Amino acid sequence: MKRLINKTPGLRGRWLLGLLPFALLLALYLGASDVRLEANPNDKLLPSIEQMGAAMHNLAFEPSKRNGDYLFWVDTASSLQRLLLGVAIAALIGLVLGLLTGALPLVTAGVSPLLTVVSLVPPLALLPILFIVVGLGEVSKVALIAIGITPFIARDILRRTQEIPAQQLIKAQTLGANSAQTIVRVLLPQILPRLIDAVRLSLGSGWLFLIAAEAIAATDGLGYRIFLVRRYLSMDIILPYVAWITLLAFVLDQLLARANDWLFPWHKAGHES
Amino acid sequence: MIEARNLWKNYGDTQVLERLNMTVAEGEFVTLVGASGCGKSTFLKLLLGVEAPSRGELLLDGQPIPDEPGPDRGIVFQQYSVFPHMTVLDNVVAARAFQKPGVSGFLFGAAKRDAIDEAKSLLEQVGLSHALDRYPHQLSGGMRQRLAIAQALLGKPRILLLDEPFGALDPGIRADMHELVLKLWRDYKLTVFMVTHDIKEGFHLGTRLWVFDKLRHDPHAPNAYGARITYDIPVGQRDDVTLEALDNDALTQRNHP
Ligand SMILES: Nc1ncnc2c1ncn2[C@@H]1O[C@H](COP(=O)(O)OP(=O)(O)O)[C@@H](O)[C@H]1O
Ligand SMILES: [Mg+2]
Repeated sequence: MKRLINKTPGLRGRWLLGLLPFALLLALYLGASDVRLEANPNDKLLPSIEQMGAAMHNLAFEPSKRNGDYLFWVDTASSLQRLLLGVAIAALIGLVLGLLTGALPLVTAGVSPLLTVVSLVPPLALLPILFIVVGLGEVSKVALIAIGITPFIARDILRRTQEIPAQQLIKAQTLGANSAQTIVRVLLPQILPRLIDAVRLSLGSGWLFLIAAEAIAATDGLGYRIFLVRRYLSMDIILPYVAWITLLAFVLDQLLARANDWLFPWHKAGHES
Repeated sequence: MIEARNLWKNYGDTQVLERLNMTVAEGEFVTLVGASGCGKSTFLKLLLGVEAPSRGELLLDGQPIPDEPGPDRGIVFQQYSVFPHMTVLDNVVAARAFQKPGVSGFLFGAAKRDAIDEAKSLLEQVGLSHALDRYPHQLSGGMRQRLAIAQALLGKPRILLLDEPFGALDPGIRADMHELVLKLWRDYKLTVFMVTHDIKEGFHLGTRLWVFDKLRHDPHAPNAYGARITYDIPVGQRDDVTLEALDNDALTQRNHP
């Protein structure tokens, strides 16, 4: 008999094994929900699929009584806009900062210690300052996300830039390249796929900061909604919203991964050349 | 053209090279052999200007070697010599673009068309015309080194430095590469320094073969003394006595790594 460490699942086996925990969790939830609802039909803790469906139908397809908005879509649009704007700003600043810091030793010496210290500041602790300085509007939420993940991206890009083999920089110089040409044509293109990787890794924190900011000060948004309905113990809304946020996060991550493969076909091949 | 006067190099306590004295004339093909870690790459780095001598002088046409790499000295490393994110053609066209002033390192219009034509003919010389649109990771090791050489030549260097360029290649492909290097050396009237761990390759290619070795050795402090050029053989003089002496040295080196 083969050793356990040598047994690998086939393609079908991998799918089955991968889906199994999801199916188990779902079954567990449905069972528990049934039991509780049977004991008390007004129980709010574990709503049934029908209850969640009805609640979501209201939010997604019925105009709200207060202002006629389709709340679910408004929430989704607001949250995505904040998240993507914040992440894009962080990516841009992180790229420029990290690339220059990684490429130019003089800048490294000047910026690297600062970056290390700044990245230790807990961003949520800055939220009150943001509210005081820029008010409770959109800017504060976008800024929190950007401030929260820029240091991570910048440091990651800094490290990746320094990892590019010195031979390539020497080679470019022996071909006559000046500093700017080396940065633009040798370093930048090789850093872009790593930037996408860094953004993927920081999206989790991005969502965290988004929901935190929305919970504290917002009038719409996915995070705002779940914290609002918490007062009414509306698990029938909170649970689908959490699932929806998870799905959005998953799709964003996959889109970025695909974009990387598609835009930078040379990237995956490693760096053996 | 190149002259070392009492050249020393150390990294902290590690003495790598000591008391090097030599002159190399334009057009020579110098091959460098020696035990791994004895300072051959360091010597090339000194020629490149990536490292500075600790003591003594290294002169090019009577002037100290510039303290950074420049277009007069081309290089091919064993690895990482080409840009992995550019196709074969782009790798060579970019080399032309780097020669122009400017911030972006891109060419446009007629300059770009000229560079592409020139790159194609150069790639034809090194036998890569059929792979213009491939990325380096899609090339074999030999093709990659051909590309690296083509790229280095586009800068029209006077001096070409090769650091174990064929170390990772199969013997058959190596023979092809030898022909290529010899041809280009003659056509472009280059002065070549080539590090190799294959002493036969050194004899076959060079007009002059250097053996780097440590003359003094302290078993308790292996880094205390640096390597020197212990043999400087005008190639052609491949008599049995020299070969035997080299073989013996190689053996003793193996016994005292
Ligand atoms: N940047 C460096 N810092 C410290 N020691 C180095 C550095 N580069 C090379 N050395 C040391 O110098 C010695 C010679 O290295 P190298 O020139 O690469 O040898 P090789 O002859 O194999 O090319 C080795 O002992 C190596 O550890
Ligand atoms: Mg070496």
